[in-house]
Amino acid sequence: MTKNKVRIQNAVTYGMVILFWVVIQVMDKTGHLSSLFKGLLVPLCMYAILAVSLNLTVGILGELSLGHAGFMCLGAFSGAFLTNCLETAVPSVGLRFFMALILGALVAGVFGLLIGIPVLRLKGDYLAIVTLAFGEIIKNLINVLYVGRDSNGFHFSMKDTTSLGMDKETGVVLIKGAQGITGTPRAATFTIGILLLLLTLFIVLNLIHSRTGRAIMSIRDNRIAAESIGINITKYKLMAFSISAALAGMAGVLYAHSLSTLKASSDNFGYNKSILILVFVVLGGLGNMRGSIIAAMLLTALPELLRGLNDYRMLIYAIVLIVMTIFNSSPKAIELRSVVMSKLRGGAKKEVA
Amino acid sequence: MAADSKSVKMADGAVKSGGSAGQAAKAGTVPTLEVKNLSISFGGLKAVDGFNVVIEKGQLYGLIGPNGAGKTTVFNLLTGVYKPDTGVILLDGKNITGRKTIEINQEGIARTFQNIRLFKELSVLDNVKVGLHNHHKYSTLEGILRLPSFYKVEKEMNERAMELLSVFDLDKECDYKASNLPYGKQRKLEIARALATDPKLLLLDEPAAGMNPNETAELMETIRFVREKFNMTILLIEHDMKLVAGICERLTVLNFGQVLTQGETSEVLNDRRVITAYLGE
Amino acid sequence: MSFLSYFISGVSLGAVYAIIALGYTMVYGIARMLNFAHGDVIMVGSFIIFTVVSTFGLNPFIGIAAGVLACTLLGVTVERIAYRPLREATSLAVLITAIGVSYFLQNVALLIFGSNAHQFTSVVSLPNLVLAGGNLTISSTAIVTIISCIIIMIALTAFINKTKMGQAMLAVSEDRGAASLMGIDVNKTIAVTFAIGSALAAIAGALLCSAYPSLTPYTGSMPGIKAFTAAVFGGIGSIPGALIGGIVLGVIENLSKAYISSQLSDAIVFAVLIIVLLVRPTGILGRKINEKV
Repeated sequence: MTKNKVRIQNAVTYGMVILFWVVIQVMDKTGHLSSLFKGLLVPLCMYAILAVSLNLTVGILGELSLGHAGFMCLGAFSGAFLTNCLETAVPSVGLRFFMALILGALVAGVFGLLIGIPVLRLKGDYLAIVTLAFGEIIKNLINVLYVGRDSNGFHFSMKDTTSLGMDKETGVVLIKGAQGITGTPRAATFTIGILLLLLTLFIVLNLIHSRTGRAIMSIRDNRIAAESIGINITKYKLMAFSISAALAGMAGVLYAHSLSTLKASSDNFGYNKSILILVFVVLGGLGNMRGSIIAAMLLTALPELLRGLNDYRMLIYAIVLIVMTIFNSSPKAIELRSVVMSKLRGGAKKEVA
Repeated sequence: MAADSKSVKMADGAVKSGGSAGQAAKAGTVPTLEVKNLSISFGGLKAVDGFNVVIEKGQLYGLIGPNGAGKTTVFNLLTGVYKPDTGVILLDGKNITGRKTIEINQEGIARTFQNIRLFKELSVLDNVKVGLHNHHKYSTLEGILRLPSFYKVEKEMNERAMELLSVFDLDKECDYKASNLPYGKQRKLEIARALATDPKLLLLDEPAAGMNPNETAELMETIRFVREKFNMTILLIEHDMKLVAGICERLTVLNFGQVLTQGETSEVLNDRRVITAYLGE
Repeated sequence: MSFLSYFISGVSLGAVYAIIALGYTMVYGIARMLNFAHGDVIMVGSFIIFTVVSTFGLNPFIGIAAGVLACTLLGVTVERIAYRPLREATSLAVLITAIGVSYFLQNVALLIFGSNAHQFTSVVSLPNLVLAGGNLTISSTAIVTIISCIIIMIALTAFINKTKMGQAMLAVSEDRGAASLMGIDVNKTIAVTFAIGSALAAIAGALLCSAYPSLTPYTGSMPGIKAFTAAVFGGIGSIPGALIGGIVLGVIENLSKAYISSQLSDAIVFAVLIIVLLVRPTGILGRKINEKV
């Protein structure tokens, strides 16, 4: 792709997101949005961010990760924790939310780095299962974590509230094990979600089309050749992995501020969530950020849009998934498509002639 | 020790015949590559055994031998893919034995591969730009934020990359995906990418493999041209004897991991032992 | 004594993991794919046995036979419809279809049986073994599970080493292209692999639900992941590896449940997996693969 083509492609991607925002605003103002769909808007942005960030690891770096929900979980909890901690010190909810976003991204990014150092030596399916394992460990540890604060400072425990040993008068439990964090202000709005999605796109797209991005993709395409021309494999693998983790952490903070109660449950942050995000990435196309956004939004909205079909909606979702993958990736289907396409084109040419 | 003195003698020979290389290497100058007693074994099998070579600056040097003789293993040892069991590798007099691949590349050895290893999904231009990675720098953050340094360095990189591509007549295909290039051009692109790292020594692993006679002839011209234009020292592995006889000034013949003979191309190619090694008794 | 009792139930749980892991490891070795839906085949098998035994009131053996038969058919059908068209596609694409199949099976079960837990009646009706004057009780289910696992391991090893089909499986796992040139029907071999893996999944389901009787459409999911972990742990593609991985995992899980924390037992299992893989990147019995330069 030439430089101009890249610019046009990127502009289309940004434009699509902005257009989506405008359409939703118009629909909202004219009263065409159902309350059900309104509730879906922040998750749509969140999943789009998660898909774009995972695509950096899977599509651009070329490593299969099944632990993305773990990084999201870290971001969500550290962010919500900060927002609740600073309730009195920083009265402005917006400012606290902003600080939480930065902290959440930072925490997830640092963990991405720490986990990446040992793990990224593994390859393929082994890397996949280890990242899955890390995601589950993070979720399980947060699920038994108790944190409280009293006049003496912070108290931690892995058992229960009483073993925090806090002062009865001033003690406040901030993280309550499996019950998680309650009372986080629901500051996440659709507009903030879109802004964060645009930020994610800005970071990822600019990264890909830069010196660093080329180094990362060269590792994906041929590690041995990349090494032979002096590319530091470990450095760029870690960079891609931790940036991807940091962005997932940011999505987690957004998520935490859209709920009144945040729990480290399997539904929220289990391996199934990581797999769901991977599905968006693969169906949207590896390395294709616009595709990731479209797939994430469509597939998130699909079960809700199918709500009329009640019990059958997840079944249809499953069938759509299987059929789409076969249609996209089966050699026979690809051949069939190209034959049909060339016939159509040939037909068109004949008509012109 | 015996092997050492032998290789020194060879080096002297190179000095005398240096005129043909157009690079009159003066006595006492440091050779670009000097390898002494290099060995490695895999599970008891000595893949390379006591390998020696001296390559003067600007020389076009050939490494030949039957299949399985250990030629590619020598390349892998020189570029740090394998760590040698014994031996010393000196690049411009500097000991680089046992260093990592990326460090060796930064010291000045670049290579191509027997089975082409391009960055398939990247454009032809980007393949070369990855090669320029360590010579034209800006930080990741500068890249993400698109600071002026990004635009400045990218412009330099594009110019330099296009320059290299035009040497190989690939400039018109700069936007192609690397995997969409025809085979011969892929081989050329691999050489261009290696040259982008600005090496002192270029290793070519069977550059003419899979080419027809016309393509091979063209490739010979290109290799000669690269040597002249970049004042490059080149070590190449090749089975095509026409190419070897046509462009290499000196040869080393490997057989069963050991140096069978080395010297000036015409002498080596007429050596009975070499013919026997290739054709059998 | 309590340690011994936890240990034995750990071995028994591990034996179930090992049987499930066989399905993963065989399919991975031969078709080079992660069959994420394998755990859900266990669930389907369990529901069929549940229906035959609890709803129709038939003999548990008939239930197991029906479960094995149905799962075998299911495995072969799924392979034919969802996986075979993607034989030459990227492994990621196959992984996604497998996830689709997993969702599909879960939701079909959800439609038929609902999301409430069903009480599974144990297929083992023998009395428990009481030892050491009543200090140590070993459940009959655990004994049957361990014995079944041993029989399956021996039978499977014999099948692979002694029969023509078993040899064909080895050949396909070594080099699919070469095997097909030697006249081996690759599609048939892969189909048989799925059939065996799925049949074993039904047996594993019966044993798992006899020990942990609460049955829902999601019952197979976590044991599936654990068994996959066990397969990787032991070295994916290796049958003895599946056995070792399964047993080690089951024991660690049970002991950490008993002595450390029931909430953290999964985390501990996964932590052990990570440590093993960092020391031996291809698992305990896995073969090292070097890329040729």
